[in-house]
Amino acid sequence: MSNDSSNGMFGVSGSGDTSGFGGLIKSVKNIGSTERPYGGYFDQVADDLERAFPAFNDAIEKVVVDRGELTLFVKRERLFEVAKILRDQLRYEMCISVSGAHYPAEVGRELHVIIALLSITNNQRIRLEVCVPDSDPHLTSLVELWAGANWQERETYDMFGIIFDNHPGLTRILMPDDWDGFPQRKDYPLGGIPIEYKGATVPAPSERRSYQ
Amino acid sequence: MSTFTDPYASSRETTEGRVYSVTGGDWDSLSTEIGATKEERVVVNMGPQHPSTHGVLRLVLELEGETVTETRCGVGYLHTGIEKNTEYRSWTQGVTFVTRMDYLAPLFNETAYCLGVEKLLGITNDVTERATVIRVMMMEFNRISSHMVALGTGALELGALSPMIFAFREREKVLDIFEMVAGLRMNMAYVRPGGVAQDLPAGALSKIKETIKELRKNFKDNEKLLIGNSIWIKRTQGIGYLDLAGCTTLGITGPVLRSTGLPWDLRKAQPYCGYEDYQFDIPTTDTCDVYGRFLIRMQELEQSLRIIEQCVSKLEKLDGQPVMVADKKIAWPSQLSIGGDGMGNSLNHIREIMGESMEALIHHFKLVTEGFRVPAGQVYTTVESPRGEMGVHLISDGGTRPYRVHFREPSFNNLQATAAMCDGGQIADVIAAVASIDPVMGGVDR
Repeated sequence: MSNDSSNGMFGVSGSGDTSGFGGLIKSVKNIGSTERPYGGYFDQVADDLERAFPAFNDAIEKVVVDRGELTLFVKRERLFEVAKILRDQLRYEMCISVSGAHYPAEVGRELHVIIALLSITNNQRIRLEVCVPDSDPHLTSLVELWAGANWQERETYDMFGIIFDNHPGLTRILMPDDWDGFPQRKDYPLGGIPIEYKGATVPAPSERRSYQ
Repeated sequence: MSTFTDPYASSRETTEGRVYSVTGGDWDSLSTEIGATKEERVVVNMGPQHPSTHGVLRLVLELEGETVTETRCGVGYLHTGIEKNTEYRSWTQGVTFVTRMDYLAPLFNETAYCLGVEKLLGITNDVTERATVIRVMMMEFNRISSHMVALGTGALELGALSPMIFAFREREKVLDIFEMVAGLRMNMAYVRPGGVAQDLPAGALSKIKETIKELRKNFKDNEKLLIGNSIWIKRTQGIGYLDLAGCTTLGITGPVLRSTGLPWDLRKAQPYCGYEDYQFDIPTTDTCDVYGRFLIRMQELEQSLRIIEQCVSKLEKLDGQPVMVADKKIAWPSQLSIGGDGMGNSLNHIREIMGESMEALIHHFKLVTEGFRVPAGQVYTTVESPRGEMGVHLISDGGTRPYRVHFREPSFNNLQATAAMCDGGQIADVIAAVASIDPVMGGVDR
């Protein structure tokens, strides 16, 4: 989707075609990096992290503040170090969620791992995002820091094929053990069968037209 | 040793040792043979079709006599691909999917999802107060109905049948409220992005007030049956121990976390839906055991009733306010009225779009077939579900369908505590420990 196509009432511009149908092409707008001040407690978090972690600028690719949420894009080699400092010095006691996202258009950074951390002491949340290439989908596991990341990482592996190194038992968790492929990737079809209704057929959800 | 040909109870030699299969509950024909072996270490597969594992949970228990030495959980038997499916439907249609995840707490799934969509749209503050209060009221009723299942089935699994009968009696009253308000008793898809599907029907508030009175009276029956009951105490006190350090490293939230003495409840800590305006307490215990969690759930029932009462008095003042955002490009075009079949159409709306306004017809058509666009970005929103932190991670690419929907399910995460709670204990206590986590497999597997 080009940036200007989301203008107008129903996202149509520069075309007489008001159906909005644009084939099945999907791409995501890249939200740029945010400059200081970030607002709220985010500046404090960034300051504390910079103080505790001298290699901040090397480890953090960019900082994004959007809709009142702070996301730190961390280089994958440095993830474990950053997470350990966040846990031990910034008091992020809980690794609330680990999940993934697949952006096939971002060449070399196709797979994203999104980690939500919660600090009960400071009542704060931050999000870490790590990008790994599809050709080498490796990442350090955080189970050593938070035991609760165990199943979350297994689910992310199961759904996206991201391999968490040093994980105590990285196996499929929701899909059957002998399943082929990683269902949440964008190139994995949803499947489904056409539905017959009053003599006509409605195509399966993944075959239906997509509005841009 | 006998040679038997019972097709339901057979045994065979494998590389892992001798494997006995008992499919018909037919232990008699095997007991002699098992008794003759010298081996004390036995691996028992419990579930996924076992009445006391809360649905399709599979537990692999390694036993030394009756002591559990290792517990492993097998999940995924109810995986339905809801997260993937929502990527192929409009943002509004997503509600119908997510309500089916944690089937005991559908309104929490819906509200968490809708709060996320609203945050992405930037309309969080445009949702009318009436819609928000209705959401809170429905969620608290849902907390009661969910806790009733947790308490009732938890007691049933430990052999106490009467509490289950009483708990389901109370749950039935709550489901009647759901039926009256939303048209359905579960999976109601009632909360929609921008508000709720329809306003309360006439006379709803007086029925709700009546129900509050009945529930408050009836909750006492269950309390009398279980609190202080010596058998219940023996089965639950000191069982399923998990302390605060264990909870934080495992990411455990909800009643299990609060049973360690930490009053962590997102309704107070990070309020949403205006929870900061309600008076209620966070019950805690410091016993870290099954009994403590049971007491917390019992006390939360009363706190939910308190919140519902405040909702009712708010709703009386907010009579006539709309229950959907004013923006017609987001609001579902018609307020459907319930017909005899549960759901119906709005005749006034049909008259308008078919006879009066072609613009309205176009809008209706575009919204229903295509849906609204959501600006690109990602959000993580949370609600405090009966089981803990229900988080929704939404990514939008600016289109009419979600790019990625991920649910941080409290059941899924909390179930990781099973091994920590059960290892080293008795096999009978595994049931109590799992029941105190209160996992809902629909939510675990999604």
